[in-house]
Amino acid sequence: MKIGVFVCHCGSNIAGAVDPAKVAESARALPDVVIATDTLYACSEPGQQGIIDAVKEYELDGVVVASCTPRMHEATFRRAVERAGINRYMFEMANIREHVSWIGKDKEANTNKAAELVGMAVEKLRRDRPLIPKQFDINKRVMIIGGGVAGIQAALDCADGGLEVILVEKTSSIGGKMAKLDKTFPTVDCSSCILGPRMVDVAQHPNITLYAYSEIESISGYVGNFQANIRKKTTYVDWELCTGCGLCMEKCPSKKSTDHFNEKVGVTTAINIPFPQAIPKKAVIDAEFCTKLIKGKCGVCAKVCPSKAIKYEMEDEVVTENVGAVVVATGFDLFDYSVYGEYGAGKYPDVITSLQYERLLSASGPTGGHIKRPSDGKEPKNIVFIQCVGSRDKSVDRPYCSGFCCMYTAKQAILTKDHIPDSQSYVFYMDIRSPGKMYDEFTRRAMEEYGARYIRGRVAMVYPKGEKYIVRGADTLMGTTAEIEADLVVLAVGAEAAKGSPQLAEKLRISYDKYGFFMEGHPKLKPVETNTAGVYLAGACQGPKDIPSSVAQGSAAAAKVLGLFSKDKLESDPQVSHVEIKRCVGCGKCVETCPFGAVKLVDFRGMPKAEVIETVCQGCGICAVTCPQGAIQLEHFTDNQILAEVNALCRS
Amino acid sequence: MSSPRTYAYYPGCSGLGTSMEYDISTRAVCKALGMTLTDIPDWSCCGSTPAHTVDHSFSTALSARNLKIAAKAGLSTVTTPCPSCLTNLKTAGKNVKDAEFKKKVEILLDGQLPELPEVMSVLQALYEDIGADVVAEHVKKPLTGLKVACYYGCIMNRPPEVMEFDDPEHPIAMDKLMEAAGATVIPFPLKVECCGASLGVARKDVVAKLTGKLIDTAAGLGVDALVTACPLCQMNLDLRQDQANAALGTRHRIPVFYYTQLLGLAFDLPEEALGLDKLCVDPHHALETAKERAQNTKVREETA
Amino acid sequence: MDVVFLDKTRDDAFVAEVERESGQNVALCYQCGNCTAGCPYTFAYDIPVSQIMRLLQAGQKDRLLKCKSIWLCATCESCTTRCPNNIDVAKIMDVLRHQARRHGLAGERNVKVFWDAFLDSVKAHGRVFELGALATYVTRTGRFWTDMDLGPKIFPKGKIGFKPHDIKGKDEVKKIFDRFMEESSK
Repeated sequence: MKIGVFVCHCGSNIAGAVDPAKVAESARALPDVVIATDTLYACSEPGQQGIIDAVKEYELDGVVVASCTPRMHEATFRRAVERAGINRYMFEMANIREHVSWIGKDKEANTNKAAELVGMAVEKLRRDRPLIPKQFDINKRVMIIGGGVAGIQAALDCADGGLEVILVEKTSSIGGKMAKLDKTFPTVDCSSCILGPRMVDVAQHPNITLYAYSEIESISGYVGNFQANIRKKTTYVDWELCTGCGLCMEKCPSKKSTDHFNEKVGVTTAINIPFPQAIPKKAVIDAEFCTKLIKGKCGVCAKVCPSKAIKYEMEDEVVTENVGAVVVATGFDLFDYSVYGEYGAGKYPDVITSLQYERLLSASGPTGGHIKRPSDGKEPKNIVFIQCVGSRDKSVDRPYCSGFCCMYTAKQAILTKDHIPDSQSYVFYMDIRSPGKMYDEFTRRAMEEYGARYIRGRVAMVYPKGEKYIVRGADTLMGTTAEIEADLVVLAVGAEAAKGSPQLAEKLRISYDKYGFFMEGHPKLKPVETNTAGVYLAGACQGPKDIPSSVAQGSAAAAKVLGLFSKDKLESDPQVSHVEIKRCVGCGKCVETCPFGAVKLVDFRGMPKAEVIETVCQGCGICAVTCPQGAIQLEHFTDNQILAEVNALCRS
Repeated sequence: MSSPRTYAYYPGCSGLGTSMEYDISTRAVCKALGMTLTDIPDWSCCGSTPAHTVDHSFSTALSARNLKIAAKAGLSTVTTPCPSCLTNLKTAGKNVKDAEFKKKVEILLDGQLPELPEVMSVLQALYEDIGADVVAEHVKKPLTGLKVACYYGCIMNRPPEVMEFDDPEHPIAMDKLMEAAGATVIPFPLKVECCGASLGVARKDVVAKLTGKLIDTAAGLGVDALVTACPLCQMNLDLRQDQANAALGTRHRIPVFYYTQLLGLAFDLPEEALGLDKLCVDPHHALETAKERAQNTKVREETA
Repeated sequence: MDVVFLDKTRDDAFVAEVERESGQNVALCYQCGNCTAGCPYTFAYDIPVSQIMRLLQAGQKDRLLKCKSIWLCATCESCTTRCPNNIDVAKIMDVLRHQARRHGLAGERNVKVFWDAFLDSVKAHGRVFELGALATYVTRTGRFWTDMDLGPKIFPKGKIGFKPHDIKGKDEVKKIFDRFMEESSK
């Protein structure tokens, strides 16, 4: 066997703390190595060409590149060696950047360690064999989880691209947070006017199947072939029959149910359609408040329903859908400001959240679009907005900036002036963050044209005084304490990960950060991919995002799915488990331990034998360590190879 | 609740003078509740605010001397009515957990420090160890009709990492004890706003302005009395009330009780044992008003 | 206001000392102003507390140690409790007072005189003798009218002792003072 070793400088990334020339020199003494050299940037065009030229000149059978993490460039180099005419699995990578140069400063020790890693890679490569990937069919259906604006965009783009789309929404209507907004910045166009038609498109699109009031129960499978169990939560209303006429809502005597859609500003009926533009426009009974379900008496809705759709005995149902890709667009939730005792901790009725204020502004909201104080229904004159509530605050474990609060606060100040011309808005801010097209101009307009008074400083406390609230903050530009007597206080609450995000991430086998936001494949280059093939992200589930960014990501995720589905078959990684049939005793332990259901028992001349379904196997190796006979081996991670690596390390 | 504990009691210097009514009423109430308070023998001053403005190892040493005596007497819990003493004693306990800092303190004390006892306010002991429900069981003459605002002062609960008691913005312990005593507690929004503390002597203008705001706010809520748990707060609000009136151009006459005095009244302990005569703003008018109000309400209820 | 020379008049050693003695990282402050917003004393301060933090970041030792604010801070802990960056601001104010004392500075002299009179009383008796401390303050400041209006209110109550309560271990307490003086002169 003839092996070539290429040690990368990665500029000063590696060469700053490792001596690549020395590493290459030591590699020349390794068995089967016929050429070892250092190179400035192995991944660059001349770098790759150097490898290709060497393969041809020295008639190499295999290549080792010592550079960065395989996650970064393994695919790059595999393609390069293939272009040079050898099997792309006759390639090994030694990570001397993340594992060596970036974590230690001692150049001599680093150089030795790098040389050892190269030695291990060479020993492994000597035992590699050419592998040919298997091809498998793709189920060209896509499931989108979350029907907010990002999910809607992804669904429509996929559906328009000819894919069959399954859209799963947790609440009884799609629309997400955007459906709750009155207007949108920086154009001040009506949120439901621009979102509503998109929602209708979803309902009417022949390629989209909508599961509203449903959640993901479990998901299995792999890219191209996922199987999702979807729990359709009981609505107590047969949606096939419900026409959305709303008669049940009119007659329901239980009128004090929590109004989730209106952010608990006001109350609603136990059976309700959350808002006029709801998609689907179907009623749901809130079991917590329904007299019939609690006490067995009432039944008014069933009596009045013209289509006989009410079904009190209805139960949850789990349906299974097979899809080839998943887009996660589960959005965000609002920071629970009740941890701020200094702002009343939720005890003062006229200290409300920005989203509650949005419902007060909305014509379809509980006050019909009239701004009224929750406590007494009076029209407020002095309105104080407090920014960064649950953003940029380490003391409540929310050090990040939620990004959009500066903008929506400016919008709300503008709308306040429109609604109540003789009102005065005050905005306490720390910094105004408005880096977007027409964004900064917009915040300036709030100040210059709408007379919103911006005060640079945080608020230390809010407390009631008679019917009003004293807001005590700082004006740091004046260098003093500043007080305002407010009629209404609006807290610009920050964004946090949607409730249940970590649990969903675990079902999907994707990563999430310490705050519960899902991790993208790469912070710059893979913004909508995850590290699980076939699972994509869109919108604020990855981190706080405004509407334009969420929509852009919805489209980006759809493009990724369409790209994936543009092939008729996918190739599976051939580095999977392989059964040595003579050694297998058919005990079935591998079948039990495989987390992917990729091993099955088959009959071989009257004997039970394990067989690996190559396209299902993810190469995790659990079966290999479980097998008592050593009959099942993971390609390119065989016991022999691992032992050879250990020997190489211990020899040196 | 288990049987009442024995506490090492640290009265604080003002308990011998300007807040003697706090000291005697605390002792009386604790006795009535079956708590044993054992005075720390030959206790010395904690150094209060002046000491920590000089140096932290110095102020810790002044406090630690007392904790050390309590520890040697075999007492595991120190309790004090005074928040200023409390802060110093608690901070001292925290500070000496740092080995290097502890060494400095041991040099000043010329001796090794043993494991120091835990420290809690009498308010915390009453609220957490005894409990408002048990306090309520001891009430013989409920303070029905008495409208009070509870004022905790700035450091009874803050900073939360050190004080580890109740809520730093909206404490409720005193409110709950007053409710147990039958009083009507009016939510007081400035529960934890500073009264001016020890600046009264050197800068009475500052104290007048701050106490003026507290008194004026309480008056605006229509309360009969303010209730405090701090000698310095009580002195600033009570003794200096006319200084505040002069500064604000107001004429408030709001009595300022220690919460222990009101608990004592509710337990039907004799007035002398509670030092009601030591208050500068005479509280009797307020107590009479409350009685009349209670009577009127009762009549109204009976006729209704 | 003087021009602040961000390089020339920046005292790095001073910043490091305050950080070490207070155990706080002053770079954590992002100038939100919450401390100033909550500080009940801003009206009396010559420099609001958030600007004290800023001057500290800029190493402006002279202005900090000469200011009145550090003597008017009553350690009410509003700033420390509410700081979004968990900075113990009140502790920094304390440490600035320590520094000012070492330099013989006191922007609000009377406050310092009162506190010192208090401590002298503790040093002499083991516990503070309230009337004695007040007398010392009046003598040292010459402000003979201090709280004269309160006399008629409080003396009849019998709360003010005319004699100190000396403790048995008062020498022990005095030695804490002496050893502290000795240690700090090292």
